[in-house]
Amino acid sequence: MAAFALKINGQTRQVDVDPNTPLLWAIRDGAGLMGTKYGCGVAQCGACTVYVDGQTVRSCSLPVSAVGNSEVTTIEGLDSKEAKAVQAAWVALDVPQCGYCQSGQIMSATALLNLNPAPTDRDIDLAMNGNICRCATYVRIRAAIHGAAKTLEG
Amino acid sequence: MTLFKQSMLALAAGTLAAGLLAFVAPGFQADAATDTAVNAAKLQPVSAFAKIKSKNERSVALFQEVGKVIQSPRCMNCHPATERPTQTDRMRPHIPLVVRGEGGVGAAGGLACSTCHHEANFDAANVPGNPKWALAPAEMAWQGKTLGQICVQIKDKQRNGGKDMAALVHHMAEDELVGWGWNPGGNRTPAPGTQKQFGELFKAWADSGAVCPKG
Repeated sequence: MAAFALKINGQTRQVDVDPNTPLLWAIRDGAGLMGTKYGCGVAQCGACTVYVDGQTVRSCSLPVSAVGNSEVTTIEGLDSKEAKAVQAAWVALDVPQCGYCQSGQIMSATALLNLNPAPTDRDIDLAMNGNICRCATYVRIRAAIHGAAKTLEG
Repeated sequence: MTLFKQSMLALAAGTLAAGLLAFVAPGFQADAATDTAVNAAKLQPVSAFAKIKSKNERSVALFQEVGKVIQSPRCMNCHPATERPTQTDRMRPHIPLVVRGEGGVGAAGGLACSTCHHEANFDAANVPGNPKWALAPAEMAWQGKTLGQICVQIKDKQRNGGKDMAALVHHMAEDELVGWGWNPGGNRTPAPGTQKQFGELFKAWADSGAVCPKG
């Protein structure tokens, strides 16, 4: 075990875990932030998506020892205008079904709109295809991203 | 049923179950194993080619030996013919869908390589990594080409990133992402031999005139 001071959502959180622990479990068990979900554990489903220094990262695929002084953002700390637009679109279109994958979906959708304010269907597919939804809400996810992009146009 | 009969039936059932588990378990263990994989294919040392008297034939033979590495899945997976890399020893399309994008690190605003692949292999999640993790540029695509075509391509400065032969030798012998091919982590089969042997063979090929196999 080793002590790590993780910068998560603007706060420093002390966690005492094995250095090889995936960041996901440092966030959930160490920092007590449960919004980031465990799905597959092998970077195949996207449920554990967070930002590390603003970049999307599958938190199951990154050992906590590799985080260093980087800023980690989880779904609980997401408050950009793009994030608010995405969350509003998610509510408007009633996107979630079971909801388990949705924090990862919203993290990836927001990251897409941060970089590409007017994504095409292909842009959305390339950004979102790593986020699996077992309820297959993909059509609503795509529509909601287009909807969020439209509201961000002003 | 008497207590004795019940006991005997239970014993027989237990023995049968234990026998089945003993039969099946090794398969599960093999699937779950994360021991470092070994490549059965070996590289011959440069000295093994000295017996070839014709310089041209020796050069071709040296590149064919180099080709054992170049055409291994560890190298070919990231030199795809399309915009999508392949993965595993079977070289199946990368899951999830990712594309080369600008700089070989994924589509802009899309799924970047670095979303999953980090500075080092992370066996706990079975995800390989390297600080330089990226796809080779489209002009360096190797999949679907013969070894002779790949050889000509490697020598072509228009398609090799402007490298002269000295830079190519350095790239093959020293580059850390090339070197990842021998340290792929998990149970991925490494490239044959070692990077040192590979570099020596490539340099010997360059020194012998860098002749390409026909075809």
